[in-house]
Amino acid sequence: MNAYGNLLSILWPESILEIASLAILVADLGFMRRASSAARMRVASLLGTMGVLISVAWLMAHTGVTAVMGGALVTNSSVVAAQVGILILTALVLLLGVSVRFTRNPGEYVALVLLATTGMLLVAAARDLLIIFVALELLSLSLYVLSAFSKDSAASAEAALKYYLFGGMSAAFMLFGFSYLYGITGTTNLNAIAASLTLAPLTPITLVALVLVAVGLGFKVAAVPFHLWAPDTYLGAPTPVAALIASGSKVASFAILIAVTAALAPAWGWTETLLWMAGASIVLGNLSALVQSSVRRILAYSAIAHAGYMLLGIAAHTIASNQAVLIYALTYALTTVGAFGVVAIVERDAGSDRLDAFAGLSARNPLLAATLLVFLLSLAGIPPLVGFWVKFQMFAAVLRAPLAASWGIGMVILAIAGSAVSLYYYLQVLKRAWVTPALVSSKLAVPRQELVLLVLVAIAVVLLGIFPSLLLQWIPLV
Amino acid sequence: MLAWTIYLSFGGALLIAFFAQGRPQLARWLALLTAVGGLVIAGCAFFTQAGMTPIADAAWIPAMGIRFTLSADGISRVLVLLTGFASVAGVLFSWNIDHRVNEFFGFYLALIGGVYGVFLSADLFLFFVFYEIAIVPKYFLIAIWGSTRREYGAMKLALYSFIGSAMVLVGLLAAYAVSGGHSLNLATLQQYPFPVSFQMWAFPLVFLGFAILAGMWPLHTWAPTGHVAAPTAASMLLAGVVMKLGAYGCLRVAMTLFPHGLDPWGWSFLGIGSWRTLFALLAVIGIVYGAAVALIQNDFKFVIGYSSVSHMGLVLLGLMTLSQIGLDGAVLQMFSHGILAGLLFATVGRIVYERTHTRDLTALSQMHLSRTLPFAAWLFVLAGMASMGLPGFSGFIAELQVLIGAWTSFPVFTIIAGVGIVVGVAYTWRAMQKAFFSESSAIESAVASSVPTEHTYEPITWAEKTGVILLLAASLAVGLAPRLLLDQITPAVLALPHTLLTGGRP
Repeated sequence: MNAYGNLLSILWPESILEIASLAILVADLGFMRRASSAARMRVASLLGTMGVLISVAWLMAHTGVTAVMGGALVTNSSVVAAQVGILILTALVLLLGVSVRFTRNPGEYVALVLLATTGMLLVAAARDLLIIFVALELLSLSLYVLSAFSKDSAASAEAALKYYLFGGMSAAFMLFGFSYLYGITGTTNLNAIAASLTLAPLTPITLVALVLVAVGLGFKVAAVPFHLWAPDTYLGAPTPVAALIASGSKVASFAILIAVTAALAPAWGWTETLLWMAGASIVLGNLSALVQSSVRRILAYSAIAHAGYMLLGIAAHTIASNQAVLIYALTYALTTVGAFGVVAIVERDAGSDRLDAFAGLSARNPLLAATLLVFLLSLAGIPPLVGFWVKFQMFAAVLRAPLAASWGIGMVILAIAGSAVSLYYYLQVLKRAWVTPALVSSKLAVPRQELVLLVLVAIAVVLLGIFPSLLLQWIPLV
Repeated sequence: MLAWTIYLSFGGALLIAFFAQGRPQLARWLALLTAVGGLVIAGCAFFTQAGMTPIADAAWIPAMGIRFTLSADGISRVLVLLTGFASVAGVLFSWNIDHRVNEFFGFYLALIGGVYGVFLSADLFLFFVFYEIAIVPKYFLIAIWGSTRREYGAMKLALYSFIGSAMVLVGLLAAYAVSGGHSLNLATLQQYPFPVSFQMWAFPLVFLGFAILAGMWPLHTWAPTGHVAAPTAASMLLAGVVMKLGAYGCLRVAMTLFPHGLDPWGWSFLGIGSWRTLFALLAVIGIVYGAAVALIQNDFKFVIGYSSVSHMGLVLLGLMTLSQIGLDGAVLQMFSHGILAGLLFATVGRIVYERTHTRDLTALSQMHLSRTLPFAAWLFVLAGMASMGLPGFSGFIAELQVLIGAWTSFPVFTIIAGVGIVVGVAYTWRAMQKAFFSESSAIESAVASSVPTEHTYEPITWAEKTGVILLLAASLAVGLAPRLLLDQITPAVLALPHTLLTGGRP
């Protein structure tokens, strides 16, 4: 088969998503114009979910190691794991967002979500600077638009604008860094860059290039000091979009960060940059979250802190730690989607995501409160939930990494101290949900399918925590 | 067999949480059944097994060398038995809880399950999982069903526990990484020759992490506030069992894994030349400080709360003696304090407070409780006597052993600890006198005898009587026949690393 044939064959999952998004636009704009907004949303979301699931099925059926276009795009077991994870997260976001009312254009919304997901899949598979950049831009542009999708809400517009301005700026920095890297090494392929940087002497230009790349990727994973967009975007964006930014987009960004680190770690300065970002994220994320009164902002700052923990695993850069980071990112994203699902339900009922809106949740809907308990305790890292296991695995991998001999124990102590602090703000939410008496005594009605979905996610969080071997088998060491 | 204590508790917790909604009586009986089941299993194992018995061993996370390993030695069996007693008594003394009953017993049994798990784990990962499982239920038990400043007390307790366990986690991860990442089995790691320099920082880290939960001065401040804020059953468990988790971790993990952390530093500051001396000093300060603070409290529950700090100081001092008799004494004191603290908290928090609705000693002294509530008065006399170390009860033999063990290593500390025990007599006496036998207003009431000031309280329920009898009998049995426990404890202590029995000498 020729090169384009190969390319097409490896890009089937992405192509399926594109086709699905076009089909949704046709269905929604062509046939559903008269239908009620709720029905249009339901149809579009279901079609989108179907597209995603077909894509998952294709990926499951076609595992194996391939590379096309001289290694610009690769698939191997960890790429496939990341892609399947991203697709499942997207499906969850779509299904949990069915009854969130924020737009009159459900077809466009779902189509854009699928486009963003296409970007994520490409990001996870890309191993060439140009492809990485293009894929990241596809992802980012879709997310900018999605953030602004709630046209009646000023907060949504503000969120999108902040996200866009920071994102555009950091993308420019990253592209500038990429161009330097190309100038230094003469190639855009990550493997070739790694080989070339191993030989190249350290020059100030290399360091500049590394820092510029770190700006771009640091923005995507919301690491301090490139995190400023996160709290406002999480707060203002429509809930499903915030969930998507917090889940699939994070997984894709960490997947590419692992690949980029493989290329750049030989050069002095990359690990150090990552460590600074990690330390700052852990400290600032956890401390800022302590004083928030909006649950979405708590989740945003907790995302920053979690990005800090994951950056440690990336900086350690061993096979075991890369595996641990990928597992961490996937399970973290799953838990966060669940948490956002609960936030969306509470918000729809109370009209706000302030802590007080959660008061008495356990009396108003015990099952919903129980899922929230599972999600937040998992984020805090309490066993037997999966959040504990991934932290344990990753910190153990960091401590055993040869690169981390000098900083491992210190950074792990910082991270574990940070997660001890984090219990406080998660308990602030749980205290409202379980301890404080309800302000409104009425039951909180939740659509059956949403509750079932949230309970399933919660069960997954518990089961993966009790049987972490499932994760280890699914994402083998590569 | 013992593994079923864990499964039963968690199973009971789930069952009650999901299926006893809105049926409080069912929740109570299910909880009692579960707790009694645990106690029966613990009792059977206690009387039929000896030595180190493996319980369960299955591959769990093969990639990391982590196994689901449970085993029990004499120390575990004694503490499991204690947990059994405390959990049954706790259910009995929470019979009157009528607010969100199924959630209460759900959290309660989850906590119990975690505690059983800690005492039985032989794999450090598993140990830590159970250790942390115990944190969250404590928070909710106190924050939802507690009293005085409950949200503050609960949050403080949760954060202290979590910070302690974070320290432990760092130590465990480091031990795992240093030993090559093959296994977290306690017995395997114990064989690994950790470098002495590593043990020198890992030991204090892990020990202090556990000691926070054991209420070591100056990290004890969660204990009194937490105990006071907690509902009776949770105070009984906190003081009775959860603080033992900390002490057990100190012995089973910190000291066993890093025995060379107890070696002298090679230099000394103000006479302190090793972690061992430093921690012994902190323990002694805890004994005296806890007792002294208990002496001036005006809240009845705070008296008991600080007495727990004092008594746990004796446990920690016993651990630091590094002699067979001292370690025997420490474990015995864990059991004894577990039973007696439970009894005292039950008396104060349930029997007295639920009837008088005050714990203020000055207010109680006006109420002539010795006449209106004679059961409580005589119960507190007995429990107080036992707690201050009267021969015939379990406290006496435990304290004696700790002090004998400490005498050879730390004569000065032993004398100071003895002073602390004397202060213990004083605060118990004072609290007893003020709360039950106060004559201060007897003249006034005699003058105004026409006014019916004395009112009758509701009678003591069967649940309370059963709980009291259970705990008193346990304390008396151990006090009269300490060999019952020592036959289990001594072989287990002798199986500990050699240097822990010889004052650190090889």
